[in-house]
Amino acid sequence: MANKIRVATTSLAGCFGCHMSFLDIDERMLQLVEVVEFDRSPLTDIEHCTNCDIGLIEGGVCNSENVHVLREFRNNCKILVAVGACAINGGLPALRNHIPLEECLNEAYLDGIGVENPQIPSDIELPLLLNQVHPIHEVVKIDYFLPGCPPSADVFWKFLTDLIEGREPSLPYELVHYD
Amino acid sequence: MRQFIQDIAENNHYQATHLLQILRQIQSRYHYIPEAAIEQLSDSLNISRTQIISVIEFYSFFHLTPKGQYELLISDSITDHMLGKKDLLDYLADKLAVTVGEVREDGLVSLDNTSCTGMCDQGPAGLVNGYALTRLDRPACDKIAELINRQKPLNEWPAELFQVEDNIYKSGLLLNRQIKQGAALSSTFSRGVKETLKEIDKSGLRGRGGAGFKTAIKWQFCSEEPQTERYVVCNADEGEPGTFKDRVLLNSYADQVFEGMTVCAAIIGAKQGFLYLRGEYLHLHDKLQDILDQRRQNGLLGNNIQNAGVDFDIEICLGAGAYICGEESALIESLEGKAGIPRNRPPYPVTQGYLGKPTVVNNVETFLAAATIAVNGGDWFADIGTEKSKGTKILSISGDCARPGIYEYPFGTTIQTILNECGAVDVLGVQVGGPSGTFISNQEFERKLAFEDLATGGSFIIFNSSRNILDAVQNFTHFFAHESCGFCTPCRVGTSLLKKQMDKIVEGHGSAGDIVALEELCQLVKNYSHCGLGQTAANPILTTLERYLGLYESQLKEISFEPGFDLDGALETARRMANRYDAGAHLAQTESEHE
Repeated sequence: MANKIRVATTSLAGCFGCHMSFLDIDERMLQLVEVVEFDRSPLTDIEHCTNCDIGLIEGGVCNSENVHVLREFRNNCKILVAVGACAINGGLPALRNHIPLEECLNEAYLDGIGVENPQIPSDIELPLLLNQVHPIHEVVKIDYFLPGCPPSADVFWKFLTDLIEGREPSLPYELVHYD
Repeated sequence: MRQFIQDIAENNHYQATHLLQILRQIQSRYHYIPEAAIEQLSDSLNISRTQIISVIEFYSFFHLTPKGQYELLISDSITDHMLGKKDLLDYLADKLAVTVGEVREDGLVSLDNTSCTGMCDQGPAGLVNGYALTRLDRPACDKIAELINRQKPLNEWPAELFQVEDNIYKSGLLLNRQIKQGAALSSTFSRGVKETLKEIDKSGLRGRGGAGFKTAIKWQFCSEEPQTERYVVCNADEGEPGTFKDRVLLNSYADQVFEGMTVCAAIIGAKQGFLYLRGEYLHLHDKLQDILDQRRQNGLLGNNIQNAGVDFDIEICLGAGAYICGEESALIESLEGKAGIPRNRPPYPVTQGYLGKPTVVNNVETFLAAATIAVNGGDWFADIGTEKSKGTKILSISGDCARPGIYEYPFGTTIQTILNECGAVDVLGVQVGGPSGTFISNQEFERKLAFEDLATGGSFIIFNSSRNILDAVQNFTHFFAHESCGFCTPCRVGTSLLKKQMDKIVEGHGSAGDIVALEELCQLVKNYSHCGLGQTAANPILTTLERYLGLYESQLKEISFEPGFDLDGALETARRMANRYDAGAHLAQTESEHE
């Protein structure tokens, strides 16, 4: 079993929707784990990744912890993949990019309706927010992009089977056609 | 205001096609287009307010919020930069106590950049309330600041601020020979219009805007259309940075240009013509209008011209600061009072142009040449030039040379000859045809000016060895991102991405994969864009990557990847608000820096 392909996954500023969609490959998961071993992933609860072949990243970069996680993945994964709209463009979390961070924090923690004991959270355990949400390719080099919100289970399946079988991954039109 | 707008609308016969001209007058009076004016125009022209707003937002010279009573714009062409524009802009901003891109608090003055104003031979240049300012220097800026602060009306400003020189240094076939007013028309009528078209065909004249379509064929196609309502349009929207020959032709040869349009009208059977004059050349407007009046009085425009039974007149339409309107179908849209978004071609304007009717659109220089050919015959023209490029080309030469200005050369002339004559020494390279053209290096100066080798609309920007080519490429790339009309995604998004990627490399944040990424992006923008703007927007990068790859590579960092923004800087707000100063509250830009 030492020769299994090692895959790690994580969600940064995402909603885990991409992971849910990945799980929608359903019974094909059994075929997949014949040849694949999961390293760091919400599916395994392993905290840090080590020497992987493929890293799948969901979500954009919104805080300092995201940057550290992303770098860990880049340093340990031969192939790093931006999965879904948020990883590729910032997506829904990036809607806050139009509003200065200071206003966001004031609204959420100081002046908002129903805020009790107003204060800006400050603890070294808490990652600091970046002033804007960024797509992950602005922080590390990304090798492939899987579009979709979320990419469908078939997209994951096609992409991973292509890679595993040694083909250059390509997504047919039907899989990236949304309307 | 109601009455003012009512009067303008009435003077324009409530025609929606005149929307641009109407908005120009409102902008010039109020320094923006007030909401109430939009509502009123919407009623009186019977078009939707959103349509009016889309036009206002499209053109750089229209604004939805007030600009200063003195609207100062400084030309951002690379040639202005080479003449010290940046320093001058800062100086002016300081003198006037105004931030670039904003209106001063008292509303008296606003200052901003604008795309090339076509004064590359006498920059740094600018515009004040639309009128061209030339040869700006610190004393001129002092003067301007004083005039503005004393609220002197523009007509009391000293004339030397507005002095525009022709700077013709070399005349040839066309510039040497001023034909007599009416001569081209009388030759045309005495020879016969069909025979005159044959002469133009024989001359081998090709469009002078750059694309080089054969003029006689275009005119013939138009004349053979079943629709009998036809139009002639002269494209004087010369927005290509580094081009200013049309400015000179319209200043000193306008009569012949109008005559060329009239010859065209006689051949194709058009009753109405338009001169689409770029907004930056507002200073020429009244003079051109006088020439048209004079031609009407002399029976060269109007009904039954020279008793030959031809009716034709010309109207001048001013643009409002949109480079894309130099593209013929965008220009026609603009003439119709709409945003200048290029149409699908085909159908070409010769079959469906202005108001859907057959229309000939030609460059200023083409009409000038046609008028001269009508007098002197086709052979006279075809004797000069190369096999595929007949006659001469009028060049706008600027940049690093002793005598920037207008030069007319026979096709087939080598670049080296041209450089020698304009006094260019120690030349690094030449941008031929403006940003959308080609950058040639000093290894290629034996190449020739011709459609079969170096085709050009006439822009010729010279760089000497003290210049950094990447600065020019960056300037051009910013230009295209600003001028993209926004209609198609490959160009709208692509030109912005090109700008971002180019900035990243020039500013020293590029790393290993960035040049490949840049080149891929260039191919995408080039191959998938809707019109010529997007298809050529990557040319500055592509033509210099091909020649100076080493220069690009020397900008790159040795690490494999560098983030596209300042990571630690992006944490600053959160750090301050959370009062965090521990090590964990910081991010290293690259990992090597971190460990």
